[in-house]
Amino acid sequence: METIQVLGLKKAYGDLQAVDGVSFSVKDGQVFSLLGPNGAGKTTTIEILEGLRAQDSGEVKVLGLDPWKHGYELHKKIGVIPQGFKFVDYATPKEAINYYAALFGVKADADAILKKVILEDSANTYFSRLSGGQKQKVGMALALVNDPQLVFLDEPTTGLDPQARRAVWEVIRNLKSEDRSVLLTTHYLDEAEELADEVAIMNRGKIIAAGTPPEIISKYGSGKAGESLEDVFVKLVGEEASTSPVEQSVEAKPPRRW
Amino acid sequence: MGLFFSLIFPIILILLFGAIFANTGSTTVPVYVQNNDNGSLASTLFINALSSTNIMKITMAPAGVNFTHYLETNSATDGIVIPSGFGADLGSKPPIPVNVTIYGNPTSSTSGIVTGVTNAVVSALNLQTVNAKAIVSTQQQTIASKTFKYIDYLVPGLIGFSVLTSPMFALVNISSQYKRDKLFKQLSLTPLTKTEWLVSKIIWYILITFVSFLLMTTAGIVLFGAHISYTLGIVPFLLLGPFLFVSLGMLVGTVSKSVESAAVVGNLVTFPMMFLSGTFFPVSTMSATLQTVAHVLPLFYVIDGLNSVMLYGNYTSAFTDIGVLVVISAVTFGLAVRFFKWRED
Repeated sequence: METIQVLGLKKAYGDLQAVDGVSFSVKDGQVFSLLGPNGAGKTTTIEILEGLRAQDSGEVKVLGLDPWKHGYELHKKIGVIPQGFKFVDYATPKEAINYYAALFGVKADADAILKKVILEDSANTYFSRLSGGQKQKVGMALALVNDPQLVFLDEPTTGLDPQARRAVWEVIRNLKSEDRSVLLTTHYLDEAEELADEVAIMNRGKIIAAGTPPEIISKYGSGKAGESLEDVFVKLVGEEASTSPVEQSVEAKPPRRW
Repeated sequence: MGLFFSLIFPIILILLFGAIFANTGSTTVPVYVQNNDNGSLASTLFINALSSTNIMKITMAPAGVNFTHYLETNSATDGIVIPSGFGADLGSKPPIPVNVTIYGNPTSSTSGIVTGVTNAVVSALNLQTVNAKAIVSTQQQTIASKTFKYIDYLVPGLIGFSVLTSPMFALVNISSQYKRDKLFKQLSLTPLTKTEWLVSKIIWYILITFVSFLLMTTAGIVLFGAHISYTLGIVPFLLLGPFLFVSLGMLVGTVSKSVESAAVVGNLVTFPMMFLSGTFFPVSTMSATLQTVAHVLPLFYVIDGLNSVMLYGNYTSAFTDIGVLVVISAVTFGLAVRFFKWRED
């Protein structure tokens, strides 16, 4: 069984078609990356898969479940680290993990989890005092409390310094070595190339290329020697670019209604 | 930090207000008396007669000074001046009429008392001077109902104050901040439900309310001699109050568009309630319009109920208050849950 199956997914916010007929699948134990510029529709897609947003049309199955309808059940089996993870200021990572363990009704070894995300040294530091990278790691720790089969990461290293980025990458590699499936969205090409088994390049709500990085390079590249994923990406996205700069900068983010 | 506001601040208020108003409700009126008749027997007897009524607490002012100026310097409104020649005139045959001047402020309740008492003493003196006997006399009979000091009203009022302010300020803040930081979205990924989260806050504030109730009543009784009865009738109010105000704070925070606007709306709701619901002074002392306004404020029913059971033992009135509170709380809770968006869309 495919861990994630998406068929013809569509989602619009008013006039903006954020996700425009997206289809892909993720195999068990794989690291899959949705790669694309800001506004491509990555966050919307991943949020639909996480059960945080309802789709307009299309079929979605995560671990065999419909995420929106069976969110409660699904959340017990998945881990999610949202973009810009934030938590309560005066909670320590250890307290946060124990709190989540109580919520999920599972026994969690806080120290072991903190070790997995390389955060043992800050186990008892208030969240507000942690660095950006450490805060992200708390998010990852919480996502692992229920020992999930599948982990979603939405732009996990955006806004982090290079050292923190590398540290987070290592945690993600640890996840893979534990046979968990990972779906990650990113706009960093090196991240996709480093971590992902398979990549789907998204732009303006559609998938414009998919496969392993070598496959994409050979299929969409210009055949030059030493061509990288970045070259192909720039070429593909460049071709897609519209003439109007305004259209390009529209963010496919949901309208704030509160 | 939240605990400071919930527990310590109301105690500070009790100490402050209790100390400031410690002497209100005392039964004697301070009055300055200037005797310009140089210690004559008649004037001394007159002053003794005034003080023996036990209604005025007399302080002698120096003779001959400008009395109005003297009263002003001593921030007093009530005074009596006995003119020179008082004794001589009364003693002449036939007696020459004398005038005792009463100084006061027509709008002050104390002046009314001073005028009344002085005139009564003067009438008795007049009767005596003409050797007349009083045919009609009066007798004092005290009704054995409890008389309340200000501190007795203050304690239930301040309990109401803290029942309102702790949850309101906290919840408005938390709910708007969590919304901004997407913490609710975060929590929606766990098995925790919105109702569970809200109920946990209600339970917490019920606990705080009970502790703060004990602290405040203890302070009021031990330090200021408040007369408060601890009865079971208090419990419904200590439960309904937090239930209502946690829900209300939550509602304000979730429907507001930002943390700042939530704070503004929260204050707009909380501050009028703080002062117009009978917290610091009885609602009956307010104008008719404001009294109507008070009846629309939820906190009024909490304080009115607390007053009914803690001071008057009036359980019927308390029952009505509980009824009103149950309805308001249920509606507010329902609205809070309805508008509490756990996840978007």
